[in-house]
Amino acid sequence: MIPRFQLPAFFARAGRLFPQWPHAAGLALALNAAIAARLLPADSLALLEGRSFLVVVNDAGTRAAFTYGGGSFRPLLNFRSEPDLTFRANLSAFLRLLAREEDPDTLFFNRELSIEGDTELGLVVKNMLEAIELPKLPKFS
Amino acid sequence: MPSNRLPDLVCPAGSLPALKSAVDNGADAVYLGFKNNTNARNFAGLNFDEKALVDGIRYAHDRKKGVLLAINTFPQAGRTADWQRAVDAAADLGVDAVIMADLGLLDYANRRHPGLRLHLSVQGSATNFAAVNLAHQEFGIRRAVLPRVLTLGQVEHVIQNTPVEIEVFGYGSLCVMNEGRCWLSSYACGESPNTVGACSPAKFVEWKKKPGVMETRLNGILIDSRGDTESAGYPTLCKGRYEVNGNTYYAIEEPTSLNVLSILPDIVNIGVRAIKVEGRQRSPTYVAQVTRTLRAALDSLAAGAERYEVRQEWQSQLTRLSEGNQATLGAYSRPWR
Repeated sequence: MIPRFQLPAFFARAGRLFPQWPHAAGLALALNAAIAARLLPADSLALLEGRSFLVVVNDAGTRAAFTYGGGSFRPLLNFRSEPDLTFRANLSAFLRLLAREEDPDTLFFNRELSIEGDTELGLVVKNMLEAIELPKLPKFS
Repeated sequence: MPSNRLPDLVCPAGSLPALKSAVDNGADAVYLGFKNNTNARNFAGLNFDEKALVDGIRYAHDRKKGVLLAINTFPQAGRTADWQRAVDAAADLGVDAVIMADLGLLDYANRRHPGLRLHLSVQGSATNFAAVNLAHQEFGIRRAVLPRVLTLGQVEHVIQNTPVEIEVFGYGSLCVMNEGRCWLSSYACGESPNTVGACSPAKFVEWKKKPGVMETRLNGILIDSRGDTESAGYPTLCKGRYEVNGNTYYAIEEPTSLNVLSILPDIVNIGVRAIKVEGRQRSPTYVAQVTRTLRAALDSLAAGAERYEVRQEWQSQLTRLSEGNQATLGAYSRPWR
């Protein structure tokens, strides 16, 4: 079980001082691994073509911008413009979501997760990630 | 009591992992839909293509659980064949029942596939035994899902006057409960569950963060402006806050979820055949949490109604998952009646 926590404000301030591209690169890498493992359906992926995504971890002060195109995800470096879709939450909420300990709509009702931009695109991403069969994921630990 | 057998626990599956979550956590049956507008949860990336459905049916049947397929929207002009094909596919794939609302489609299914078990969807809006019995006589329906507008006494009255099995909602998001007849979404967006299989489709929804508040717009119409600490609900017209006579409030319906834990013994006692959980649009996590909780409650009831007691952990689990963070008995309990 991942505990509900909020990082001290120090992290948000410090986090913003560091380069943000490693987060985006890591996220893109993970998503590409999911594509390679055929965990993400082609019909949903096609709807992401050319769209830009921003994931903001509020309490860590970090952000990751990336895009999908030509069959893979890649980080968007020095991304300054308005993304098509933005997810915002604290680190604990993102971790609970990824571990499937928490339902995204519940987080939304509780105001722990916010979605801005193209809502339908958000639904595609949400449902695509929910449809992944977890036992097929490689074990990292 | 209960003299009746325990009702089936019917749980939502918007994806294969959700189906497995339901089955693994104690559902007796799952309900699901095709990846198109023949069902009322037609959201992007949700639902089952034929391969996923075959896998899902196998998974459920291997574990002696049922699969109910919802074809519960209304055939649109000139495209009736799409809905009929969905019924044919359901029969071919071997689902345990089809849940339908449209009378013409019920008639088609009854004539074309006499062996196919038919359930009348909540979208069919049958709120009295005469309506349920008519659908039984004309189309041979074996079960009806009652809209969430009846008191427990009224549900009992229907059960006492029909040979048709009665299914009621036990948990999940509430709306104005005018299922099958509600056009609020169409009023704002030109699309509704009845026509495209989605209430307030996502492409019309816009959430915008402003200092201190989050604004919700549906097709450009401002329907709510929430403070950062206020809980939220789905972005539908019926759950918006409006200014009426100088007061701004939930003028139609507050975001809330139904939760029948406290009246479960009564529901079983009056002879309800199945209890349905709302939420095909939600995640496998939600399905697992709700199914596990209701299974525990039903099993505890089976062990002896006189000892049944709603456990704190069940209640807090279900309230946490609830829309707007609050739960209600809805129409079941109307002490003022």
